[in-house]
Amino acid sequence: MTAFLQNCFAGLALGSTYALVALGFVVIFKSTGVINFAQGGLLALGAYLGYTFSNNLLLAFGVAILLACLVAAVVGAGFERLVLRRMVGQPPFAVIMITIGLLFVLEPVITAIWGFDNLQVRNPWNIHTVEVGGLVFGVKDLWTIGLTAAVVVGFFLFFKYSSLGLAMRVTAFDPEAALAQGISAKKIYAVSWAIAAALAALAGIAMAAGPGGLSPSIGFIALAAFPAMIVGGMDSPAGAVLGGSLIGLAEALTRGYQDQLFSWAGDNVSVIVPYILMIVVLLIRPYGLLGTKDVRRV
Amino acid sequence: MAKPHRDLVRDYRQDLRLFGSPTARAGLVAMLVGLVMLPMVVQDDFWLSVLVYVGITAVGAIGLNLLTGYCGQISLGHAFFIGAGAYVTGWVGSDLPLYLWLPAAALVGGMLGAVIGPFALRLRGHYLAIVTLGLVFIGEHLWRNWRGLTGGNSGTSINAQVALGPVDFNRVELAGEVYSRNQGYFWLVWVLVAIVALLVKNLVRTRPGRALQAVRDRDQAAEVIGVRAGRYKIGAFVVSSAIASVAGALFGSYQQFVSPDEWNLLLSIQYIAIVIVGGLGTVFGSILGAVFVGALPALIDRFGDAIPGVRTGVGGEGFISVFALNQAIFGVLIVLFLVFEPRGLAGIWLRIKAYFKSWPFSY
Repeated sequence: MTAFLQNCFAGLALGSTYALVALGFVVIFKSTGVINFAQGGLLALGAYLGYTFSNNLLLAFGVAILLACLVAAVVGAGFERLVLRRMVGQPPFAVIMITIGLLFVLEPVITAIWGFDNLQVRNPWNIHTVEVGGLVFGVKDLWTIGLTAAVVVGFFLFFKYSSLGLAMRVTAFDPEAALAQGISAKKIYAVSWAIAAALAALAGIAMAAGPGGLSPSIGFIALAAFPAMIVGGMDSPAGAVLGGSLIGLAEALTRGYQDQLFSWAGDNVSVIVPYILMIVVLLIRPYGLLGTKDVRRV
Repeated sequence: MAKPHRDLVRDYRQDLRLFGSPTARAGLVAMLVGLVMLPMVVQDDFWLSVLVYVGITAVGAIGLNLLTGYCGQISLGHAFFIGAGAYVTGWVGSDLPLYLWLPAAALVGGMLGAVIGPFALRLRGHYLAIVTLGLVFIGEHLWRNWRGLTGGNSGTSINAQVALGPVDFNRVELAGEVYSRNQGYFWLVWVLVAIVALLVKNLVRTRPGRALQAVRDRDQAAEVIGVRAGRYKIGAFVVSSAIASVAGALFGSYQQFVSPDEWNLLLSIQYIAIVIVGGLGTVFGSILGAVFVGALPALIDRFGDAIPGVRTGVGGEGFISVFALNQAIFGVLIVLFLVFEPRGLAGIWLRIKAYFKSWPFSY
C-alpha cells in the first residue's frame, strides 16, 4: 500500500509538469488553432534561462523563475509576431510544420550557448524530503504540485474574470465576431503564445531543479505532454490538467509495477504508456475526455 | 491553317497524358540518359553514396507525398514504416532473391498501413499528426525490445541478396567492364525511383488519384459527389506505407546494418521537410526535395572545415556541431519555404517554366 501511494505521488508530481506543458498547448490551440510543437524548445529555453539567472547571475530562485518565464514569454510572442502571423489562413499542416521548424532552430541554438553538459540548477529545496506516515515526499515535488495547482487556479480565474481572459475566450469562440467587437485578435494571439511559453518555462525549471538536472534533452518531456493534451481534449484547459494527471499516474504506476506486471513488454515500457493510453482514449472518444465534440454533417 | 501551340491541350485524353508536353518528354529522355551515364562519369564513392541515399530518400518521399500532398493526411509516422521495411529485409533478404524480398517489404508495410489507416478515418488534422507521432515512439520501443528480429539496441546486420538474374548489383558486369557496389546500387535505386514515380504519377492522374485530391481539398464535398472518402484515406495510407517500406528495405540492404536509433522522429520530420521543400502534391517535387535536403547534410559534413564556427570533431574548435548545424538549417528551411514559397522547389520550377513559355511576353 505504501509503495502504491508512493507511486501515485510520483505520478502526480510528473503529471503536474505534464499539465503545465499541456495547458500551454491548449492556450495556443484554443485561441489560434495551432498545435505548438516548439513547446519543448521553449521549455528547454526557459529551463536554461532559469539556470543562468540563478546560477550565473546568482539571483534569488523565485526571481530567476519569474525572469526566465518573462524572457520565454517574449520569445514566444516574438515568434508569433514574426512568423506565425504570416501563416493566418494556411492549412493546419503548414502551421504545425512551422512550429517544428522553430523547435529545430531553438535546439541547436540552446546547445550552442549552453553546451551538452548536464547542469545542476541551484534551488532552495536541494534534495530535502519530508516523511509522513511512512511515505517520503520530495520537497521539490511538493512545490511542483503546489505551484501547478496555484497556476491552474490563477489560470481559471484569469479566464473567468479578467477582461483579457474574456477577450481570449471570445476570440477562441469566434475570431470574426471578436474583431467586430473591437478586440484585437493580433494582441490575443501574441498573448496566448506568451502565456504558453511562460508555462513551458515554468515546467522546465520545475524539472531542471529536480535530481535529473538540466540537459538539452529536457525538451523531450513536451512530446510526452502531447498525449496529456489529447487525452484531455485539445481545447479544454480542465482536460489538460486531468489528462496530465492521468498520464503522469499511468506512467509512474507502470514504472513502479513494471517488474511484476509488465516484464513481458520489455524495458522502459513506461515511456510509451502515454501514447498507448492516448490511442485507447481516442478510439473511444476521438475528441478527448473533455474536448468539444466536432460535429459534422454529411 | 496555323498549327496550334505545342503545349495546347485540345481534349480530355491529352490532358490526362502522363507526360503532356514534348518538352517534358525530352526531359524524361535526358533524365534516363543521365541515370544510365552518371555512375560511369562520377566514380567517386562519396558522391555515389550520397546519390544512393538521395534516391532511397526520394522513394520514401514520393510515398509520403502521396499521403500528405495528395490526400492531405498529416503523418509523422513515416519513420515507423521505413524501419519496418528495413527489418523485413533483414529477416527474409538473405533467403529470398531481390524480386521477392522487395515486394515482401512492400507487402508488410502495406499491411501495417492497413492496420494504422483506420485511425485516419476517426481522426483528422491535428489528432492524426499526434497519433502518428505516438506510432514512432511505440515503434521505437518495439524495435528496441523485439530482439529476435531487430537485435535490440545494438542493432542487426542485414545481408540481403541484391542480384536480379545474372546481374549482381554488388558487382555489375557490363560489356566487359566491372562496376563497383556503389555504381550498381545507384542504378538499382534510381530505377526504383523511376518506377515508383511513374506508379504514383499514374495513380494520381486516374480516378483514384483525383478522388484523393478531392478528399484532400474538402472531404465532405468529396463524399457528396460520390467519393468514398474513408476507403481512399485508408488506401492512401496503405500505398504510402508500402512505398515507405520499400525505401526502408533499400536503405537496410545498402547500409547492411541498422539500429533502432535510426527510426526516430527526426527521420519522420526530415521526410516531411523534403515533401514541403520539394513541393506538396508533386511527384517531381519529392525527388527535387530529396536531392536538396539529402545532399545538404552530406555537403556540410564534407565541407564542415571550411564553414566558420563549425566544430567537426569532438572537442574541436567552434560553437556548433555539424549535426546541430544540420538541424538548424532544416528548421530554417522549413520555416522559410512555408512562409515564402509554400509550393516548394516544384513551385519555383513551375515559375521558371512559365517564364520561358510566355517569353518574350513575360513581365
